[in-house]
Amino acid sequence: MTMRFPEGRRLLVPYVTGGLTTDWTDYLLAYQDAGADAVEVGLPFSDPMLDGTTIQQAADRALTRGATTDAILADLTAVGDRLSIPVVVMTYANLVLHTGVAKLQEAGVAGLIVPDLPLEESGPLEQETAAAGIDLVLLAAPSTPDDRLQLICRRSRGFVYAVSVMGVTGERATVAPETTVLAHRLKNAAKGRLPVLIGFGVSTPGQAAVAGRAGDGVVVASALMRRVLDGATPADLSHDVAALRAALDDPIEHRAA
Amino acid sequence: MTVIATRYLREPAVGGRFGEFGGRFVPEALIPACAAVEEAFRDAWADAGFRHQLDMFRTRYAGRPTALTPAWNLSAELGITLLLKREDLAHTGSHKINNVLGQALLAQRMGKTRLIAETGAGQHGVATATAAALFGLRATVYMGERDIDRQALNVARMQLLGAEVVPVTAGSRTLKDATNEAMRQWVAAVDDSHFCLGSVAGPHPYPWMIREFQSVIGDEARRQVAAELPTGVPDVVVACVGGGSNAAGTFAGFADTTARLIGVEAAGGAAMTDGTPGVVHGSRSLVLQNADGQVAEAHSIAAGLDYPGVGPEHAHLGRSGRATYVTVSDDEVLAALHRLARAEGIICALESAHAVAWVLRAAGTDELPRGSTVLLTLSGRGDKDLGQLR
Ligand SMILES: Cc1ncc(COP(=O)(O)O)c(C=O)c1O
Repeated sequence: MTMRFPEGRRLLVPYVTGGLTTDWTDYLLAYQDAGADAVEVGLPFSDPMLDGTTIQQAADRALTRGATTDAILADLTAVGDRLSIPVVVMTYANLVLHTGVAKLQEAGVAGLIVPDLPLEESGPLEQETAAAGIDLVLLAAPSTPDDRLQLICRRSRGFVYAVSVMGVTGERATVAPETTVLAHRLKNAAKGRLPVLIGFGVSTPGQAAVAGRAGDGVVVASALMRRVLDGATPADLSHDVAALRAALDDPIEHRAA
Repeated sequence: MTVIATRYLREPAVGGRFGEFGGRFVPEALIPACAAVEEAFRDAWADAGFRHQLDMFRTRYAGRPTALTPAWNLSAELGITLLLKREDLAHTGSHKINNVLGQALLAQRMGKTRLIAETGAGQHGVATATAAALFGLRATVYMGERDIDRQALNVARMQLLGAEVVPVTAGSRTLKDATNEAMRQWVAAVDDSHFCLGSVAGPHPYPWMIREFQSVIGDEARRQVAAELPTGVPDVVVACVGGGSNAAGTFAGFADTTARLIGVEAAGGAAMTDGTPGVVHGSRSLVLQNADGQVAEAHSIAAGLDYPGVGPEHAHLGRSGRATYVTVSDDEVLAALHRLARAEGIICALESAHAVAWVLRAAGTDELPRGSTVLLTLSGRGDKDLGQLR
């Protein structure tokens, strides 16, 4: 299955680190109930080159509890019937090459994000995922020149991921000016062919409102994972995601927040 | 001879490939930075002015050429001719300065004002702090907490030279995690900072560029050995392998000869022997990893060899059969360090003692029959390890 999104609204893709807690798939269901349009599941990797402290800690904790890629994919298969929104897996090249696309396909994964696999290296995986009916989502950064943005938008599937800052994942106090600039450049390059989702540093409903308006939606990860690391339950996070949903649906009211 | 020469790649193929290894597996944000480093390096390396400038600093600052010292006493004891390429005599005490002088000059040429580096044993950090002081650049060095404890002397040296040493607390708190952290910080600082990587690892062009900067070891040794040996080339060329930069630089001088090339890894961190193909720190190479694809923690008595990956060129040289990779145990390393010290009056780094340990083990066997001639690169001096050895 590839990704299909509802028309006419800003997209919300919350993240969870696979295997972070025993009941981690309950977070996915909570996200779905709170109005997520897709969920991003991180497969924890020992060397997360593009992640800041919070996601690193989440990956560390998952691995320390003994989470494995196979077990996480089995959990996904088990919860598959109850999830109607697409699951997008995020992980690093080493784990993808190690695990293989077939296992992701069996677990019902609809999309795949590999942050250390730039255009030059992604060709073989683009073909493999396409054959397996999985959308390989490509990433763009503020430093990406326009001609490359065009290529990224042409080759990306499902959506295009705007890494909104020159930096790693993590909460930030405001939406950086470079975020809006990149979002506009990407929207031009994408020409409405696929949605532009903004991630890295979108932390609050107010920021989601701003970023969501600049692009077509947001990915929210560190802010949610910090809450889980601090002990927040799926019900708590359902509340957080609902607030993000409301901000995206009614950006004017939330812009000051 | 021709077969051997074609297996050795002077320059990696398109995309930075050494056979199936290499490449540029980095976040999109770093692609322009990697491309800029590649362009600047190609430009500089083809520029006689740059070469001249680098040569000047190598000679007048780093103390090159380093000596080639016959190990007179060990040679007699072992029944071989053992020649030591003395990178321990280079300024700052290891071969790391060769690479860093090149990269610091390149950083300056690119208009960067800061060097970001990772370090394990601290030797690369010290070299980076040194070049930064010399060229008026700022330096930030990431170092695992565990290595900070093991290599306190080098931390003090870096700080004295004006570098900021940042402890890394993630993961195994060693070189692997320091490398991750340095790359993360580079993403946020590409505008004014050059990532000064310390070994022949990382995304293209680093493995190639660093081998070129380190090939001064092999080029010098080739000339020095030719003057020493009737055969002109040694039977065996041996060097220790962490990421593999001193070995790659040494091998480069002998790749087109009949010399056997031997890389020596730590038994607890042997990516060439125990690793499987994988992607870590920006390139595809051989990596120590578990059944689940998680990068394993390496263990070596030598902090500089405590690395779960290896440069992609070594993966290629190993796979193609041009070079052979072996391991030695921590105990053999300690014994070798003591024996070299007593026999020759040279206290080498624990890393370098790996190469010595292999020679001690192999001498007189089919691997290294009596009468063999051996060039061994002593990559660094052992002062930094005294705290650990006492
Ligand atoms: C003296 C010495 N030798 C060898 C190494 C290993 O690095 P490489 O394999 O890149 O030469 C180090 C690394 O810190 C070192 O300090």
